[in-house]
Amino acid sequence: MKTIKKLLGLVWMLLAPTSVIFMFQQAIEKTGLAAEGVAKTNTALQWGIILFIFIPISVGLTIFGYYSLKGEYDALPTKSEDI
Amino acid sequence: MSTTTNQNSIVKVIGASSLGTLIEWYDFYIFGSLATIIGRQLFPSDSGASALINTLAIFAAGFIVRPFGALVFGRLGDLIGRKHTFLLTLVLMGGSTFLIGLIPSYDSIGYAAPVLVLILRLIQGLALGGEYGGAATYVAEHAPANKRGFFTSWIQTTATLGLFLSLGVIVLTKNTLGNEAFASWGWRIPFLISILLVVVSIYIRMKMHESPQFTKLKSEGKVSKNPLKDSFSKKGNFKMVLLALFGATMGQGVIWYTGQFYAQSFLENTCKLDFNDSRYVLIIAIAFATPFFVVFGSWSDKVGRKWIMLTGMLLGIIFYRPIYQNFLDSTNYVEFQKTELKSASTPVVKRELVKNSKDSLITITIAKTLNDGATFNEVKTVKVFADNSKAPEETVALLDKKLSDGTFWKFVGLVFFQILLVTMVYGPIAAFLVELFPTKIRYTSMSLPYHIGNGVFGGLVPFIATLVVSFPGSTPLSGLWYPIGIAALSFIIGAIYLSNKRDENVED
Repeated sequence: MKTIKKLLGLVWMLLAPTSVIFMFQQAIEKTGLAAEGVAKTNTALQWGIILFIFIPISVGLTIFGYYSLKGEYDALPTKSEDI
Repeated sequence: MSTTTNQNSIVKVIGASSLGTLIEWYDFYIFGSLATIIGRQLFPSDSGASALINTLAIFAAGFIVRPFGALVFGRLGDLIGRKHTFLLTLVLMGGSTFLIGLIPSYDSIGYAAPVLVLILRLIQGLALGGEYGGAATYVAEHAPANKRGFFTSWIQTTATLGLFLSLGVIVLTKNTLGNEAFASWGWRIPFLISILLVVVSIYIRMKMHESPQFTKLKSEGKVSKNPLKDSFSKKGNFKMVLLALFGATMGQGVIWYTGQFYAQSFLENTCKLDFNDSRYVLIIAIAFATPFFVVFGSWSDKVGRKWIMLTGMLLGIIFYRPIYQNFLDSTNYVEFQKTELKSASTPVVKRELVKNSKDSLITITIAKTLNDGATFNEVKTVKVFADNSKAPEETVALLDKKLSDGTFWKFVGLVFFQILLVTMVYGPIAAFLVELFPTKIRYTSMSLPYHIGNGVFGGLVPFIATLVVSFPGSTPLSGLWYPIGIAALSFIIGAIYLSNKRDENVED
């Protein structure tokens, strides 16, 4: 199980930036496709909100992956003093 | 256990905490349920600026600021205590909801109307971000170890009951006043009613005592001086915050909002169910499913929290697409009317000029009934151009579908099943989060992953799913890939990284 956790740590570290790149691609593509005027403003804003929210979360997933790779989750703390 | 109180006072603790939390959810959800009407009344309809404010206020503001509310009020709760903090969140939530009901329309005060809505919506989100963690922590810190899941599950019923109450008040007000009066001024009533509920709840909460564990910590001088720093700069605690988010609350959030919000949105907007039918299905399903929050919360005291929550996620991953496909198939009246049409009314024809144009619009409405008792309106719209060289444009839509009795109860069953999954993931999660973090930073530490998982990942389900459906080449079911994907990721992380052991001692 410890090995699986470490290997998955690498997966999470790769998944996070990949998802951010995917979201950026989608944002550019969908905003470009939107009609001029209100629709474009709305689309750009909606994708801006999505990126604003999910980029920090992706950073969190990268850190989670890093901790996992380093074995931080091999044994979870059982008492508050261990935290 | 020295710091647990007797049965009688625990009932009072649960009652007072749950009532306030229920009201906060009610306040939060009436805005969402009435978003379309609020948009028409308080926002301008045709400018770029309106699009900006509208999008921010309706789609995002309430959800985005919830984690910030968790940080602000979580910190306060760990510094000055649970009781006073969630009293403050209740006042903020109730006050802002009441004021939304009083804002003059855009026609009266112009852009001040949407700006005020945005500000009040932000306050609502902040208050909700602070409320839940406080209530869950407060109840858990009063509960004996072997009943923590059971006691906190009452807090867990409040989000669903808040939704239930908001739907009930809206349907009742609308049916009493009629469509026109409701759209004109009646929509304000659900907001104004909130103040009465809040006053009662504040009165009850004022009489409550501080959590025994926080009081003990305070008397020993062990209260955290900087809960934010202690929660997020210490690796030992921060890694648990990340684990709670990715292994539990993220999946829980999408299951919650798919089962309750997206289901209703899908029935109304994709299946084109009548306003009342789409809400009655949800209201009845919620009424039957709500007791299961307590069942699963209580069961988690015996078998552990982890696998109950993860089973709920797994069942959602497996069954969402078949369930929503069934919704679509059962309301495919285009096909049904070819063989099952019982009667059709005389067409009602309406002609009008298109606004700011010489083109005209002809609307032909026919009320139809199928053999099984289902009814719907077939609305044919023909746009006739003033320029005779252009051919008329014709569209046909089947709207206001009312289900036959059999299909109605089948839909209730399918939504009930989805809410049952909600009760599995949500019933035990308050106890799970409380047990993950130490008392001195519990309010802060558990609130953040909860509100990112539930508020951000979950709250954006209708928005992101609808966005995905609008992509070229997508189908009406494509939007489900978002909750399915997030739930699958959370399931994998939860299954591999989480422990099923309960923490008996949350006093440390």
